[in-house]
Amino acid sequence: MAARSRYAPDRGLTVRMTATMFLLGLVFVAFVALIIGVMTATHQSGAAIVIVALLLGGGTAFISLFYSDKIALASAGAQIVTPQQAPKLHGIVDRLCALADMDKPVVAIAPTSMPNAFATGRNSKHAVLCVTDGLLNRSQLTDEELEGVLAHELSHVAHKDVQVMTVASLLAIVAGLLVRFAFYSELFGGGRRNNNQNAFPIILAIMVVSAVVYAVSFLLIRLLSRYRELAADRSGALLTGQPMVLASALQKVSQGMNRIPTQDLRAAEPLNAFYFAPAMKLNGGASLSAIFSTHPSLEKRIAELEKIQRQLNEVSPGPKGVR
Amino acid sequence: MSFLDTLLGRTKPVQPKLDDLFGLPSAAIQLQAATGFTPTGSGSVCFRGVEGKTFGDIQKEVRELLDMDSGKPDGGLPVEVSRDSYGFTWLVSNHMSDEMDGLVTDLHAVNSSLVDAGFGPQLLCTVVAFADESHRRVALVYLYKRGTFYPFAPLDGGQDRRDNALELQIKGALAEDLKMEPDLTKWMALWGAPGL
Repeated sequence: MAARSRYAPDRGLTVRMTATMFLLGLVFVAFVALIIGVMTATHQSGAAIVIVALLLGGGTAFISLFYSDKIALASAGAQIVTPQQAPKLHGIVDRLCALADMDKPVVAIAPTSMPNAFATGRNSKHAVLCVTDGLLNRSQLTDEELEGVLAHELSHVAHKDVQVMTVASLLAIVAGLLVRFAFYSELFGGGRRNNNQNAFPIILAIMVVSAVVYAVSFLLIRLLSRYRELAADRSGALLTGQPMVLASALQKVSQGMNRIPTQDLRAAEPLNAFYFAPAMKLNGGASLSAIFSTHPSLEKRIAELEKIQRQLNEVSPGPKGVR
Repeated sequence: MSFLDTLLGRTKPVQPKLDDLFGLPSAAIQLQAATGFTPTGSGSVCFRGVEGKTFGDIQKEVRELLDMDSGKPDGGLPVEVSRDSYGFTWLVSNHMSDEMDGLVTDLHAVNSSLVDAGFGPQLLCTVVAFADESHRRVALVYLYKRGTFYPFAPLDGGQDRRDNALELQIKGALAEDLKMEPDLTKWMALWGAPGL
């Protein structure tokens, strides 16, 4: 008996995400190849500088990935809670994990009045799911909306978004380091070399290329982040089967964001990438902030959820299935 | 989840495993022999309702499917449908305490009907209730997604506490009859589960 499936994959999203990651990888490979090629040809220690930047960048990324759960909890001021302390929250997480057949993350609460949530951790065994006091406030979100937000965050854990984004941001880190290294090596080392007449324009070129790579990869990473958010929305909505509840939770959380004083928002901003909804909107025109944003616009997210809602009802079990 | 799914941010819906449920009748006999707990005849299926109209139809269909059985001489009582505070729907089927086979058949019918309609990923668990002579209660919970069982023994007295010693004892007693869930973090608490 072939069971019907209601879970049509979003091919458009898959294609766009693949293209973004491919471009990111392409830029990375081209950049490293170019730098190594140019520098080894003209500059004795060129390859060494690139390798040091790669190692240092990789090391930084690895450490931040390894300690991501502790860093995030500490910077949010969050406390880990036991099932006795937060029975309802644990109950919802338990059920979602059983539905999705995934390991239960550590559950924490951050003493912030703005409603939001984030998930982080280097793998599913070390995942942390953190919600703010504001999110648990019954006057703001219903239990079902809370469940929707938690399902979204658990989908981030299931998709290993922390790992994926860490690898993706490696390029930006390395490019940024190279700009700095090239600058210092020109400042302190360049003068002593025999071929320093050649070295200056090359190091200048490397700085320009690195800056361009940094900018391009930054935009690609933000684009990837927005696709990951849409993917988490999608998986979360399919897990609970309530896309419209997630949409209304999104709306409430975004409105909550706008009401909160700026002081709180600045404090929360470094964690933005892992939050359910971004805590701070960039200044500037709508189109500009859209391409720099870590999260898709509310309208876009709700439109996607509406699409899922239609899909869930389209595969109807009988002829009665009218929507 | 495969590497590709991770990279593309996809989650494959987890399909439930249903067949292990039929190990319950023999396990019930073993449980009675080992610990003195007998089935109360009550069992339930817990699932997450999907927004929209079609799922309402499914619920009605499942209800009719089970209610039809009650017309037969050896059938059970009609199912009760209830919703818990987490938004999950429970279908409770009540049988006589010695009708474990009938109960399991009913529960399996509910499950199959939901799975056939494409709601397999929405199934959470099946719960079969047991009690002993001193009115201690314990539930055997079947986790669809893992295909494993675990015991859940709530303690009386309002506080949400569970009798872990009894649960572990039952796990030991049934280890040969049923696939028990080895990961204790998956033994989720089901406070106020209907039929328990």
